[in-house]
Amino acid sequence: MNTAAAPLLELRDVSKRFVRRLDMAGRIARRLGANMSEATVHAVDHVSLAVNEREVVGLVGESGCGKSTLGRIVSRILEPSAGERFWKGRPYREYDTAAARPERLAVQMIFQDPFASLNPRLRIADIVGEAPVVHGLVAPRDREGYVADILGRVGMDASLMRRFPHQFSGGQRSRIGIARALAVKPRFLVCDEAVAALDVSIQAQVLNLFIRLREELALTYLFISHDLGVIRHVSDRVVVMYLGRVVESGPTAEIYSHPNHPYTEALIAEVPRVDARHRRYVPIKGEIPSPLAPPPGCHFHPRCPKAFDRCRVEAPRLREIAPGRLSACHLNDAPAS
Amino acid sequence: MTASAALLEVDGLRMHFFTKAGVVKAVDDVSFRVERGRILGLVGESGSGKSMTGYSIMGLVDAPGRIVAGRITLNGVDLATLDDAAWRKLRGNRVAMIFQDPMMTLNPVLRIDTQMVEAVRAHHDVSRASALERCREALARVGIPSPDERLRNYPHQFSGGMRQRVAIAIALINKPDLIIADEPTTALDVTIQGQILFEMQRLCRETGTGLIWITHDLSVISGLADDVCVMYAGRIVEAGPVDDVLDRPMHPYTRGLLDSVPSRNTPGRPLAQIRGMTPSLLALPEGCAFRERCARAVDECRVAPATRVPAAGRALRCVNPVA
Repeated sequence: MNTAAAPLLELRDVSKRFVRRLDMAGRIARRLGANMSEATVHAVDHVSLAVNEREVVGLVGESGCGKSTLGRIVSRILEPSAGERFWKGRPYREYDTAAARPERLAVQMIFQDPFASLNPRLRIADIVGEAPVVHGLVAPRDREGYVADILGRVGMDASLMRRFPHQFSGGQRSRIGIARALAVKPRFLVCDEAVAALDVSIQAQVLNLFIRLREELALTYLFISHDLGVIRHVSDRVVVMYLGRVVESGPTAEIYSHPNHPYTEALIAEVPRVDARHRRYVPIKGEIPSPLAPPPGCHFHPRCPKAFDRCRVEAPRLREIAPGRLSACHLNDAPAS
Repeated sequence: MTASAALLEVDGLRMHFFTKAGVVKAVDDVSFRVERGRILGLVGESGSGKSMTGYSIMGLVDAPGRIVAGRITLNGVDLATLDDAAWRKLRGNRVAMIFQDPMMTLNPVLRIDTQMVEAVRAHHDVSRASALERCREALARVGIPSPDERLRNYPHQFSGGMRQRVAIAIALINKPDLIIADEPTTALDVTIQGQILFEMQRLCRETGTGLIWITHDLSVISGLADDVCVMYAGRIVEAGPVDDVLDRPMHPYTRGLLDSVPSRNTPGRPLAQIRGMTPSLLALPEGCAFRERCARAVDECRVAPATRVPAAGRALRCVNPVA
């Protein structure tokens, strides 16, 4: 592949399986004839994804769909069970050298819980300043100035850097989490439910910060959220996941105006909106199945109003239905002729 | 007689916490009413006092908190006059509460049938068999498939959405006059939230139960509620029918909240935002609590604005409203 045209980040056929091995008692029981087996969760099931430079890709889905696992695979917190990850067209493993360290730092993650993701015993100056010093981006004596700079960027007063996390509100802690990620000069941010824990008025401030930083620092985002309103606002392109698989992807405006997959359609219809009054809720049936025992065929078929025989046996492939739009649904196949 | 027709009437409620750091006015002069079969949305951000208003109605305020003023009347009975025995008869029977976390309601080591039967027999002198029959009906009504088998399960065998349904079924089981729901769908996925909103709306219409839905999410309220009260720092700053308040907000705070909802902004453009952060209840600015974050603040805001009625059915605490 020509590197010049390569996306900034690419996942090819990435899967992640979590296996719970049997303990000693379980193994003995199995030897004695008990019906025990290792439980495997296909958290991410053959997902391919490309993110171009300066693009914001929104990843939506409900609990257990594998969106957070995918984010962690992208940011190297988890290794995939299968498949390959590429950064600027080259596999991740080629960056495992000391010389390539700045490139490894280029992908950073921002976590959901602004209360759990900051070390309560460290001062803000250490939380934000530790990584850049360790990685040699700043000399130890320049640290204070550097931290002050970064804090200013996320809209916080530099005089607060001697404080501890518990002295801040949720919105400020979010900003600290963002500052920590920015301190190592990343190009790509994985934001995992980064605004989910915030009040509406504070959420708007932090979303605005993300939008501004993208412009100022030429950042690329993988924005993970269950909130379709937030995703619509920040993303250029949307990827919808259900039980470990991508079911649909495409440009944001098109996905929201003309969803193709019945699941996307249902998701968008269910979103409460301020301008929809006294609505009659027409809920989608059923529960999200357990990822331990996903239904056969298309994972969505037990809840799908349009399911037919084929959906129960054959998993639909993700294929192009229009330029730039992918969907995994048997309904898109031309009628048998 | 119209004045006594309301199911629930809250008048001038003040609930304060007396802490070492000072007096926290969690609920500060709150008044509203709920009619039978109507849904009232109580909206506010964290620390606005919306949950504490709910707890006050349920008589669940613990030290250092105390109701210092105001009247709460349910079906014409002043709740302040009740003793412990009377409260026990009322709670879970005439008024019920649904919490954000269903595990606040459910005991993790007891089977669902044990817990539900207990809730019925605490208030009604019926046999175990007929109580079980009621439980089965209640589970079916909230959309739990195969209720007979599910009754014999423990809470951990249910998913989050199903657990919340069980909690709702328990709240409904004695056909209460009033249900207070404190963010019951916040932790749930969108499709599951849609199902639960649908069930609650239907149940209120069918049974004539009054519902107070406490949430931070204006968009949930807009689809569900008939009336809305917007709370800020312990006070109701604006109230009225949902359509009026959301289409023609008058308080700058309501307006700011509505404007900062992402789906009402052009994608990719900066969101309209309310500046500053939610103030600590220990150090509220004098006068209007929103004054320091308000773009329309004027000198008169230094005196706490009284509630006035700008139009029929509406209430507002602002001297310089948006419209």
